[in-house]
Amino acid sequence: MRTVNRATTPVLLVFIVAVVWLGLSTRTPIAGQQAPAGGGGFPASYRAPRLDGHPDLNGVWQAFVTANWDVQDHEAQAGPHPEIMGAYGAGPAGQSIVSGGEIPYQPWALAKKKKNFDERTKVDVTDDKKWHALGDPELKCYLPGVPRATYMPFPFQIVQGSAPYILIAYEFTSATRTIRMNWKDEGPADAWMGWSRGRWEGDTLVVDVTGIREETWLDRAGDFHSDALHVVERYTPVSPYHLMYEATIEDPKVFTRPWKMSFPLYRRMEKNVQLLEFKCVPFTEELLYGVLRKK
Amino acid sequence: MGQRFLGSTVALAIVVAVVSFPVVASQAPAAKARAGAKTFRTPWGDPDLQGVWNDATSTPLQRPGEVGAKQVLNDEEAAEFQSALANNLTRDRRDGGPEVDVNRAYNDHWMDSRRLKITADKRTSLIVDPPDGHMPPLVPLTPERQKARADRAAAVARFNAGLPDGPEELSLPVRCVIRTDSPPYLPTIYNNDFQIFQSPGYVVINPEMIHSARIIPLDGRPHLSKNLHQWLGDTRGRFDGNTLVIETTNFRADEGVIFQGANAASFRITERFTRVAEDTINYEFTIEDPATWTKPWTAVIPWTKIDPAEQMYEYACHEDNYDIVHLLAGARARQQKGETK
Repeated sequence: MRTVNRATTPVLLVFIVAVVWLGLSTRTPIAGQQAPAGGGGFPASYRAPRLDGHPDLNGVWQAFVTANWDVQDHEAQAGPHPEIMGAYGAGPAGQSIVSGGEIPYQPWALAKKKKNFDERTKVDVTDDKKWHALGDPELKCYLPGVPRATYMPFPFQIVQGSAPYILIAYEFTSATRTIRMNWKDEGPADAWMGWSRGRWEGDTLVVDVTGIREETWLDRAGDFHSDALHVVERYTPVSPYHLMYEATIEDPKVFTRPWKMSFPLYRRMEKNVQLLEFKCVPFTEELLYGVLRKK
Repeated sequence: MGQRFLGSTVALAIVVAVVSFPVVASQAPAAKARAGAKTFRTPWGDPDLQGVWNDATSTPLQRPGEVGAKQVLNDEEAAEFQSALANNLTRDRRDGGPEVDVNRAYNDHWMDSRRLKITADKRTSLIVDPPDGHMPPLVPLTPERQKARADRAAAVARFNAGLPDGPEELSLPVRCVIRTDSPPYLPTIYNNDFQIFQSPGYVVINPEMIHSARIIPLDGRPHLSKNLHQWLGDTRGRFDGNTLVIETTNFRADEGVIFQGANAASFRITERFTRVAEDTINYEFTIEDPATWTKPWTAVIPWTKIDPAEQMYEYACHEDNYDIVHLLAGARARQQKGETK
């Protein structure tokens, strides 16, 4: 009996703490709080810890979808240069993160997406006017834009304090963007990472992003947008270790209607976790400028 | 026995539930009680450095000869000093001939107006130690470092002659690898802005140029392994009273990465940030590198809070770096015409 009791004590403790804690949290609902988007087996009653009165989203986070290769369904595929890269350059299979599975392209735009894919590894920067005409911006180490930065295979860190600004710092090419809380004005000029204005809706951080440079892509499959892109992101804490991410993509020049993507973000749990540098400019110089090297 | 365990477990659970739950909420009043009239604290009790700051000044790093040994000037001397520095810094003049004019292409349109004013305390140099306002004497370089510097100097000479061999011969700022985001932070012609973010356990300094967030853990963790090197090094911090003290190591050894070509393996920079007023941070840095200077040296630069309406914008550098193509294409054209150096 004693042995059994000893073994069950920690379990009981956890169970009782959980019951008492859940009881407390369900008795203190937040006005406007919604059940987390996407489900995924997370308890709808989860309430994030608070920082300065708001849900605390601080942490190093990472998506574990393969959407950077293709936001829609994709089979495993050889890389662009299998003759030199072999399996190193190959891409993993993955399921679509797009609500309903398919991006609702206008017909001309679907053709352009296919052309983008065919020309994704071509670059020509020798003519200023055609500087951005060819190639995946990721290949050229350009700031990845929104929402792509969120699902690249690199971690990012949310830095939230008591100022009305939240920073998201991404490992990929040291990209950053500032979320201006309850900010009204539009950005002064288009930017690669856009102009982000945030607000709290219950436990959800809602970020309205406009002013995104039209040259950013959504993935290596050539999915793209125009200068009319409007992204509304929702970051909802659904457990101490997960955020549910949802983005509504609106661009009347390219799509027939607004569409959504969603996937979970995972908290990186390594004790010594930190963003490291992925400063990729030196990795692209030969590709971009090698043609201008002294022979 | 079983009953007693269960009883104490329930009691403990209630204590845990009741005590642990309001902890976050109760931190704020405790922190406020600790904060004195002249301190700036975050709700979680750290000194508060959050905001957008600007470090521009015309006061030079090292004391110019014409002010003699004076460390601090009186009002009249300060006005004269400021005017002379502004005249030297301005690009809108035509007293140097066509070639000099080209080098002044970044004219006063680009100039941060704060860059034309000396520090409010009327110092003659940013360096405060040694007291003569100069970097200490250099120590003799090893043959390897002499060679690395000579190679770099030859590349710079080819660049200045308009004949760079390839992209890696251009400087790191021109290549958009690192710019003024590399410590120590020193004033330059434009984009002298830094936004400081804080969260419990972190301070993050986000320099405008180039957008690299310097994420500083405050939890006492060790530096990265000595096998890992970064362009901007690896920073750890702590609060010493009201002062944020940060130390940076693990720099890459590429020539040109570290200020004044110091030695990556022995270079150590300690930076201190103290909020001395609502709108001012004192930024102080001490550099030690026994393989480069005979002793450590220290400089102090005031950071001024800028109007929140004056937002910091994205400085995307590499994405539209047309210049790098023009410089290389120009070099190949010159080469074809037979120009060599």
